Amino acid sequence: MKDYDDKEILKLELKAVQIRKHIIEMLYRAKSGHPGGSLSAVDALVALYFVHMKHNPKKPDDPDRDRFILSKGHAAPALYAVLAESRYFNLNELESLREEGCMLQGHPACTEVPGVEASTGSLGHGLSFANGVALAGKLDKKNYQVYVMLGDGETDEGQVWEAVAVANHYKLDNITALIDRNYLQIDGNTEEVLKLESVRDRWSSFGWNVIEIDGHDIKKILKALDEAKAHKRQPTVIILYTTKGKGVSFMENNVDFHGVPPNEMERNIAIKELNLAEKKLETAQ
Amino acid sequence: MSKKEMLNPRKAYGEALIELGRKYKNLVVLDADLSKSTKTIMFAKKYPERFFEMGIAEANMMSCAAGFASCGKIPFASTFAVFATGRVYDQVRMDIAYSNANVKIFATHGGISVGKDGVSHQMLEDFALMRVLPNMTVMAPSDATQTKKIVHLMAEEYGPMYARVGRANAPLIYSNKDVEDLKIGKGLIVEDGSDITFITTGTMVEPALEAHKNLKNQGISAKVIDMHTIKPLDVQLILKSAKDTNAIITAEEHSIIGGLGAAVAETLMDNNICIKFFRMGIKDIFCESGSPADLLKKYELNEKYMVKKAQNLLKK
Repeated sequence: MKDYDDKEILKLELKAVQIRKHIIEMLYRAKSGHPGGSLSAVDALVALYFVHMKHNPKKPDDPDRDRFILSKGHAAPALYAVLAESRYFNLNELESLREEGCMLQGHPACTEVPGVEASTGSLGHGLSFANGVALAGKLDKKNYQVYVMLGDGETDEGQVWEAVAVANHYKLDNITALIDRNYLQIDGNTEEVLKLESVRDRWSSFGWNVIEIDGHDIKKILKALDEAKAHKRQPTVIILYTTKGKGVSFMENNVDFHGVPPNEMERNIAIKELNLAEKKLETAQ
Repeated sequence: MSKKEMLNPRKAYGEALIELGRKYKNLVVLDADLSKSTKTIMFAKKYPERFFEMGIAEANMMSCAAGFASCGKIPFASTFAVFATGRVYDQVRMDIAYSNANVKIFATHGGISVGKDGVSHQMLEDFALMRVLPNMTVMAPSDATQTKKIVHLMAEEYGPMYARVGRANAPLIYSNKDVEDLKIGKGLIVEDGSDITFITTGTMVEPALEAHKNLKNQGISAKVIDMHTIKPLDVQLILKSAKDTNAIITAEEHSIIGGLGAAVAETLMDNNICIKFFRMGIKDIFCESGSPADLLKKYELNEKYMVKKAQNLLKK
């Protein structure tokens, strides 16, 4: 199994902080959107887009590309920031998130934004879409991998379990699902809203290979992604144990920031905190 | 009654899929445990590697079809009309219509002529549901020959499309030559007339042709239009018919709300045309179990009622 040197990881951690800053600025400017679940998803997205996935921003339709599907579409700001930092489009597009006449829709729209694979935002669809992509890949004997990120609360949706069954039935080992396990959904704690535990047992009883890791440890995420890709004859799910609102102290584990953007004061504090984190990482480099 | 040859449009769909499977190596077929009824099983036997059984999980099937389309495949997804539209509305809306995905939804068992299975299986709202979705083409072929042609066109042309046929065998209206030039969005004048126009779709074309004959004997000249495409609607043909005949009856195995009749009414109003007009269809009610013939009679969707409504409308 490939190891990753700490210098490379530091760079990625720095990237993650920059993505978080984009998210805060985007949501502050848009005056709407979802900070909590965007911030919790960042580290996995950084690992995927800046290291693990085979993709080419200059050729977003390359038939051999690995695909990433953001099933939890409300984390669009995180995806857009990562796509912009990968140069799928210009960074200044981020300034007009959710604005009339602009490219970046409130939730991902595949017809509008280069690099967005599926139009999501209505929860529960992404893994089914991924099944189609993965089956097409098998049919064409392509080597691409399909990654799909789901919110933990999203797995309340019945369609997710239809898709989980189908991926197992067709032994879609070219699919890796990632669950952003931050334990919070709009109405509260996932275990109080609609009990999800045991997440591991649920997926594993449907025939999936299950990996559980700290969803903010980029080295562990990268290793898990390698392990998932190497695992054959079964689809793999990586349960990412995350913190909703990660990286901004007053947003962490605060369900009130699921779908409420920061006001000016909150934005200033958040950026200050993230700047400090950035400095710390730069010094460590 | 008609002495025309009876053929099953579902079987025509199965045959068309086999022809298309040969022609398009990127065509795939998905079904949700109804392949014997929708006849996708014919494709499954011929091209097993390109047939995907999805189980009784229609929502996953529709989103999955969109995933296939994103990889350049031409997916045909089939199930009964109730499950192909209402049950999976959000999946069709987001992953297929909004995404402008090249997914072809081919539904069978539309309308009340499904018969004895009752309300749970009688889809009377699908035209309405699919018609309000931007990007979506909506069609209802009227016989086996036309079905085959339309399935071919669905594969040839890009875009999200929905087509539905009934369960029952249907009298053969067209020869292969008749449908050679058929185009999506272009209605057909099957019989010309000058007093009244029947604008019909799917299973209602044939009874309108019978009504045409019957009315002819009474000296009433009825035009019969086969509006196989409900969206995009052939507006020019409707406007011309309104001008030529001054009376229009629409007929469909569908609710009078939101389907072909509503679409024609909207077209007339949008063009400031006020003529004698009547919508034949199911009148905002759920129906019931019964034989197709009994139900079509009870809910006033047969040749006899077409004649009666035409007579009444012209008397007004």
